[in-house]
Amino acid sequence: MRLLQRFYLVEVVSGLALTAAHFFRNMGAHARRALGQRSASGAVTIQYPEERRPYSPRLRSLHRLVRREDGSPRCVACMMCETVCPAHCIYIVADEHPNPDIEKVPRRFDIDLGKCVFCGYCVEACPEDAIRMDTGILEFSSYTRAGMVYTKEMLLALEPVGPDGRPRSPIPIPADRTP
Amino acid sequence: MPRLTINGNEVEVPPGTNLIEAARRAGVEVPHYCYHPGLSIAGQCRLCMVDIEKTPRPTIACNTPAADGMVVWTETDRVKETRRSIMEFHLINHPLDCPVCDQAGECWLQIYYMRHGLYEPRMTDAKVHKPKAVPLGPHVILDAERCILCSRCVRFCDEVTGGGELGIFHRGDQSEIGLFPGTALDNKYSANVVDICPVGALTDRDFRFQVRVWYLDTTKSVCPGCARGCNVEVHTNRRRPHHAEGRRVARLKPRFNADVNRWWICDAGRYGFAPVDAKDRLLLPGRREGQAVADAGWDDALAAVAGLLARHAPDQIGVIASPRMSNEDLFALRRLLEHRGIRRVAFRVPPRQPGDEDALLIRSDKHPNTRGAELLGLDGDAALLLAAARARQVKVLWVFGHDLLAAAWPEAETAAALGALEALVFTGANANATSERAHFILPAAAWIEREGTWTNFEGRVQRFRQAAEPLGQALADWDLLGRVLAALGAPVAATRADHWFRELAAAVPAFAGMTYQALGDSGARVNA
Repeated sequence: MRLLQRFYLVEVVSGLALTAAHFFRNMGAHARRALGQRSASGAVTIQYPEERRPYSPRLRSLHRLVRREDGSPRCVACMMCETVCPAHCIYIVADEHPNPDIEKVPRRFDIDLGKCVFCGYCVEACPEDAIRMDTGILEFSSYTRAGMVYTKEMLLALEPVGPDGRPRSPIPIPADRTP
Repeated sequence: MPRLTINGNEVEVPPGTNLIEAARRAGVEVPHYCYHPGLSIAGQCRLCMVDIEKTPRPTIACNTPAADGMVVWTETDRVKETRRSIMEFHLINHPLDCPVCDQAGECWLQIYYMRHGLYEPRMTDAKVHKPKAVPLGPHVILDAERCILCSRCVRFCDEVTGGGELGIFHRGDQSEIGLFPGTALDNKYSANVVDICPVGALTDRDFRFQVRVWYLDTTKSVCPGCARGCNVEVHTNRRRPHHAEGRRVARLKPRFNADVNRWWICDAGRYGFAPVDAKDRLLLPGRREGQAVADAGWDDALAAVAGLLARHAPDQIGVIASPRMSNEDLFALRRLLEHRGIRRVAFRVPPRQPGDEDALLIRSDKHPNTRGAELLGLDGDAALLLAAARARQVKVLWVFGHDLLAAAWPEAETAAALGALEALVFTGANANATSERAHFILPAAAWIEREGTWTNFEGRVQRFRQAAEPLGQALADWDLLGRVLAALGAPVAATRADHWFRELAAAVPAFAGMTYQALGDSGARVNA
């Protein structure tokens, strides 16, 4: 450190000057925009979570299971996602489907989001387009490990992100989650 | 002996060998669906086309016997083009439902498409639909859409079991495999059609949707179901324990052995693995105090059993060995008997129902190692032993595996004999009515959890290998017997199954010269 820097006072004043410069520049920009100059734009605060910026459509967010018209899962429990998953976080147990043209259906389809690395391989591997990562939900948390396990019913209830970029389904809260 | 040239390599084959087998000897694989070495030749699938010099067009290899001076090429351009076209033809009406098909991963349509197909599909018409998920019998389920009509299953039922339950019905692209009216595919070998089906048309109802085949590990083993000792592969699921409710053994598959079972295995043996993962497995060494069984720990339990054997006179001790034990176990037991001078030993316990038998594989003796126990000289009269127990001459009885109360003897007499004992020691993998009365319970590892050999009724010594870790604290019989021997002060050098086998080979003339390496995958006959 230089001697001048060691006194701190000079540095404090230069920091204040920088903040103040930004403040007045933004105030000027906002004032010019209010007076009708469209090209002027100042810094903006987004009131998250009430307000959201739209995410990229390529974003990999919380998984959902795609439904058939009757509400049952499109998934046929082929285990491709479970096989390709590098984190081993998908747990599928297959069952017989009453319709022999569908044949196979998952009895259990759990994703342990505590282990998931959001690589999206499950979506790539799915031959039935039965799993997608387009809910727009990034906020999921739990106080327990068990609370990070999302079941088939929870994943089936999720909707894709809306055109405004906002998630259309409420963030699922596991039943066993205790504050 | 015809000498012929296949892809430039000269091979000599026995007369009558067809070109597929001749090529196999030359290290060349000719793709095929309908040909199976255990069945007659059908020439249905047309996939095994090869070029033979001086013939105008490709010829099927399965129905062409090798001839002297023949020159065969299997990878010429027109053979490859023929194969690709035939693959396209086979797949015209195939539903491509690999995601729900249990065969996926071991399906010859998938394998050969990737090796020899890889064409651009040209089929624009709607596919012909046929019945799906039709149960044919207790073990087999049919998906007629996936079938390529190779007729292996039909020929199996006609030629091997002779029941002739299956046939091909209708014509053209409406042809489908089906049962003759009023029949069901319920013969004793029905599930073999699942193994020989090259595609997913016939699948196993027991294995259906349990585990994906690519999660399975394979271990060479021997079926414990009867004295035949059919060679099997144990398919275990270690990687995905949430599948199949945590059962480790997913299925058994026959393993080729020309001298024992060839390609086949009976259904009783194939589905006889349930006890391995059953709820009644004995997991911890226990000691009965009144009604309750307390966990004893191996050191205490074995010290207590060794104490029993040391305290009582040899004449007061009886041992009922089991023909389910391996040769190594029985030899370790023989060492123990010799060390203490125990004479009262038997291994035959007559079953209440006599076992079924047939001319193909199934033997009425439902134990894998009766011959081995005979060769090791453990034969005796178990009924006399129990009579001596009733007369209170035998005070300590060590039972291996058997349920004496389920034997052909009157149950009350057996119960009286067991009740008169001072101590009953039980060693086995699963609980039964006898283990319920035992004072000491020593859990044994199941056959898939350990190494060993069995001697089948023809005297063929065959190895079975470890496919999974023992459940709980179970130990192989030779291991716990070796520990009892050590506790009695006998010198025990062998701490592995192959070491016990080496000692056995040195001590018993019938096994002289055998080692695990020499037994290999197909076993060896004992010295007569």
